[in-house]
Amino acid sequence: MKKAIVIFLLAVFGFFLAVTFLDPDFEAERNHNGVKNFYLDKTVSQLKTANTVTAIVVNFRGFDTLGEVTVLFLAATALGSILFKKRHHIGDRTVLMPASSIVSAGSKLIFPAIILLGAYVFIHGHLTPGGGFQGGTIIATGFLLMLIAYRDFSISHNVLSVIESFAGIGFVTFGLLGFMNGGTFLQNFMGTGVLNDLISGGVIPVIYILVGFKVAAELTGLIYTILHEKG
Amino acid sequence: MDTTELIRIGVYGTSILLILIGLYAVLTKRSLIKIIIGLSIIDGGIHLLLIGIGYIKDGTAPIFSPGSENAVARMVDPVPQALVLTAIVIGFGVTAVALSLVIRLYRHHNTLKIDEIKNLKW
Amino acid sequence: MNYLLFIIGFLLLVLIGTAVYAVRQRDLLYAVIATGVISLALTALFLVLQAPDVALTEAAIGVALTTIIFIITIRNTVRYEDEKDKK
Repeated sequence: MKKAIVIFLLAVFGFFLAVTFLDPDFEAERNHNGVKNFYLDKTVSQLKTANTVTAIVVNFRGFDTLGEVTVLFLAATALGSILFKKRHHIGDRTVLMPASSIVSAGSKLIFPAIILLGAYVFIHGHLTPGGGFQGGTIIATGFLLMLIAYRDFSISHNVLSVIESFAGIGFVTFGLLGFMNGGTFLQNFMGTGVLNDLISGGVIPVIYILVGFKVAAELTGLIYTILHEKG
Repeated sequence: MDTTELIRIGVYGTSILLILIGLYAVLTKRSLIKIIIGLSIIDGGIHLLLIGIGYIKDGTAPIFSPGSENAVARMVDPVPQALVLTAIVIGFGVTAVALSLVIRLYRHHNTLKIDEIKNLKW
Repeated sequence: MNYLLFIIGFLLLVLIGTAVYAVRQRDLLYAVIATGVISLALTALFLVLQAPDVALTEAAIGVALTTIIFIITIRNTVRYEDEKDKK
């Protein structure tokens, strides 16, 4: 009975969603009035950044990104306080089986390559697909591999929080430097250079590298906390 | 009916179906982990819907390369991509907090079924 | 052009099928792996729909990190939706 009611309500909801989105006029109107061409033109003519998604995330909507990084920091803090433990209760990662020698030797080989790939992705965030968020998560994946393969591999929470705080302070500092140069918060005050150079786009690569460090530290700390639970 | 129209209807229809399947799991399942799986399916459906909105006919990725500075008309919309990019990272944070709450609830009540967890305080 | 239609249709069918499987499966470990497969299909679909940035993010977060935290939660709690499903 309950399932029948739920399926009926979902059918009504799905009908209205389908009427909204499958309407042929939906797309035409949006393409006519959208901001797409404005962003694309500004990116290539003023900011000289090759990747438009990076330009939107860091420059046009950089303030949103600051809030988003803060939400991620709050998620990591909330997880740490929900799964709170006294310092001497933190034991081994007994929740997972010990890895075989093939897995541990292989992950030692592959770990530097993953870190290198993550660093490449966030340094070239303004030229190729990728950026701080992607590079940070790739680095966190590398640390996850090491944490699973070696039971005695440990990360210092203090180092992680120092990296995270400095990256966050750097983000806000570069935002405020825009004020100093007579603009607005997160104004692009450095010279933008030539399109498709490694050093181009002004302040965009600097901020995205800081975001990469912050995301990597936050996600690594989050995984480290949840891996130390034991049932 | 041409190819672009078929892709459009297919992507929109699939993402709406994904949202409905996830909502069904959230509304009818009793296991807390199943509910969070339903939430992540809804997440995926919404991301697909937003990316589908940005797609245009014969589009290319919104990344400029030497010689393609005038290809603006053929590029897909970058704004939904930037939104989805941050939404995925936030979704991971939300899932992690929800799962840590599940672990705490299990330790206190020794069950994951929501109809057996009756008292509201731990 | 027809290749594109074929690939997108296949990925959409995979998405729907895996989502239904993930909701109906009573063994939570299988359901979690099915959500990983949903993320994999979404990654390929984002790449086909010309969103490489989003595809990179989904590949790292949806496939690796979300799956591993679900698995750790199942390891810490119970594996089956109902106790009587245990074989």
